[in-house]
Amino acid sequence: MKTALRGALLAATVLAACGPAVAEDVTLTIESWRNDDLSIWQETIIPAFEAKHPGIKLVFAPVAPTQYNAALNAKLEGGTAGDLITCRPFDGSLDLYAKGYLAKLNDLPALENFSEVARSAWTTDDGSATFCVPMAAVIHGFIYNKDAFAEVGVEVPSTQAEFMDVLARLKDEGSYVPMAMGTLDQWEAATMAYQNIGPMYWKGEEGRKALIAGTAKMTDPEWVKPLEVIAGWKPYLGDGFEAQAYADSQNLFTLGRAAIFPAGSWEISGFKRDADFELGAFPPPLPAAGDKCYISDHNDIAIGLNAASPNADAARTFLEWMGTKEFAELYSNSLPGFFSLSSHEITLDDPLANEFVSWRKSCDSTIRSAAQILSRGTPNLWSQMWGVAANVVNGTQSPADAAAEMQAGLAAWYEPQKN
Amino acid sequence: MGGKPQKKPFPWHIPVFLAPAVLIYTLVMILPLAETLRLSFFQRDAVSQATSYVGFANYARLFFDPFWGGPFFNALGNNLYFFVIHMLVQNPIGILIAALLSMTHLPGKKFYRTAIFLPTLLSFVVVGFVWKLMLSPLWGVSKDMMSSVGLGHLFMPFLGKEETALTTLSLISVWQFVGIPMMLIYAALLSIPDEVIEAAECDGVTGLSQFFKIKLPLILPTVGIISILTFVGNFNAFDLIYTTQGPLAGPNFSTDLLGTILYRTFYGQQTQPGDPNMGAAIATVMFFIILAGVAVYLFVIQRKLTRYEM
Repeated sequence: MKTALRGALLAATVLAACGPAVAEDVTLTIESWRNDDLSIWQETIIPAFEAKHPGIKLVFAPVAPTQYNAALNAKLEGGTAGDLITCRPFDGSLDLYAKGYLAKLNDLPALENFSEVARSAWTTDDGSATFCVPMAAVIHGFIYNKDAFAEVGVEVPSTQAEFMDVLARLKDEGSYVPMAMGTLDQWEAATMAYQNIGPMYWKGEEGRKALIAGTAKMTDPEWVKPLEVIAGWKPYLGDGFEAQAYADSQNLFTLGRAAIFPAGSWEISGFKRDADFELGAFPPPLPAAGDKCYISDHNDIAIGLNAASPNADAARTFLEWMGTKEFAELYSNSLPGFFSLSSHEITLDDPLANEFVSWRKSCDSTIRSAAQILSRGTPNLWSQMWGVAANVVNGTQSPADAAAEMQAGLAAWYEPQKN
Repeated sequence: MGGKPQKKPFPWHIPVFLAPAVLIYTLVMILPLAETLRLSFFQRDAVSQATSYVGFANYARLFFDPFWGGPFFNALGNNLYFFVIHMLVQNPIGILIAALLSMTHLPGKKFYRTAIFLPTLLSFVVVGFVWKLMLSPLWGVSKDMMSSVGLGHLFMPFLGKEETALTTLSLISVWQFVGIPMMLIYAALLSIPDEVIEAAECDGVTGLSQFFKIKLPLILPTVGIISILTFVGNFNAFDLIYTTQGPLAGPNFSTDLLGTILYRTFYGQQTQPGDPNMGAAIATVMFFIILAGVAVYLFVIQRKLTRYEM
């Protein structure tokens, strides 16, 4: 025993002594909010990169999503942030770039593998500078419990009327909570409900751009109608949904107690791990049969270079690798539900992820309506949307009042919406 | 001896002994306070990103701009309510428990004292999470417990309703901190000399009237201290709301306190970037509210309290 210990100590000493000799390696740290992806980075992506680029080591260092922005800002200000920064879409990263924390990447050849729409979330308003390499988008839709649907005998709905009928029949049958959604975190009501079904009504990009141009208002029928639709969901949510948090909703669904989960494609890997029933997905229901279909296909995640990084060359090598087909396939397949934004043709192994991505063919894509430009002032439209969407689902605020509140907030600071 | 009166040497030992405390206090308390005050008079321009002196503009916005003033006064109102619940529930219960504990023949006294004080030592995160789970309409035990005593029909998603969320959180906070008034009052009750009690008994003052006529007046200064501690604690409260309701203090800002609005403003929230200057203005206002409260106590209430030599 003693010898073993002595041997171990000796080995440790020798290894420690050897350390500096080998350690010409550059170590890059990646700041991220995706703590769910830690194992995928450590087991799949990082080894693949390190195998091709000896001499560069990667450390994936995520924090909780809700703390990421504040923690990252503090680290950047203190000069302790990692070399590579995972970029939130739109203004969050634009602000970091404006403050000089993110390096300009226009000269990076890898950027040519991404479309202009993909880069838009990480490019300045005038298009002069791009500062993050796009990674993935997420698509909204509904994930359902196939076993529950078969048991109750309902079909996948394609229109709003059919959707409400399915909810009503699930409720009458009584063995499942028709839909797993809560309003405690408010975020679900805005993202999973309003932004999920909304694009069908405001016609995706057309409505979003009209709002930015000031030719449409949040009080117009195409913006109020989706609020009325989600207000109609209330009777079909679980008991006490007002105090149900996002994690509660996820558990309620994966435990097989709820039939439908208004989702984002990022749920796929977690749900596949936790649920022991068959999962299916359907796109947001059409307002009426024959309407054109629009989905929320939101640019979600990218990686940029910390302008103060001492290892900028190594970091650029990594960013360059992110633009390859190898990375796109590796990433999209190890994280089903995060769909690569690169222009490479990639194949997905996961059927559920394939179902989500197939909607890109039949529907027009748009991003979340409050993401670009409209959340720059006070009050912040996106935060406001969380609050009022939750109120509308709770039934404590009428859809018309909610829309008027958002419009008043927008008109308070956004020039094209004043008057 | 010469005629000149000897000059007293400068008492060097006084500044030397004061120096460490003054230095540390200045470094960790006074400087940050002054810096916060300074920060609140500046604002970063949205276009040029340059920070410039704006005088009281941040304060004017905070009080008079409906999009700042509305949430701010809502938070202030909620905070007052939060404080009132503590004063009405936490302190009377604390006094009651302390009075029971100070009874001479109470079995298991030590156990109760420890058990009741224990939550005070727990982290807010633990308390918030445990209560959130207990009150959860999906997995919580509270529904079954209420049903078992016939109150099942009163169960609601307490943390999710605008009408009940703030009261529920106040009561959770009371549960956590009731140990502090209990301990302080218990100590004050123990320090009442036996002679006073014996004299009271000789005069036939016993039981409840002994408590209200003899003991309560003697512990009133302690109650005053507890009130001021509660006041300061409540107006700085943030953690419990953040851990149970998130930074938006839902539903519909019904649980928003000054601490949560400060957090959202200073650090930002989702796509809303942080605004350290507005945040500093809110922090300064909070400081003055607390200062005013403490001043009222020190100069008005404490002077009216009669202290008895014991």
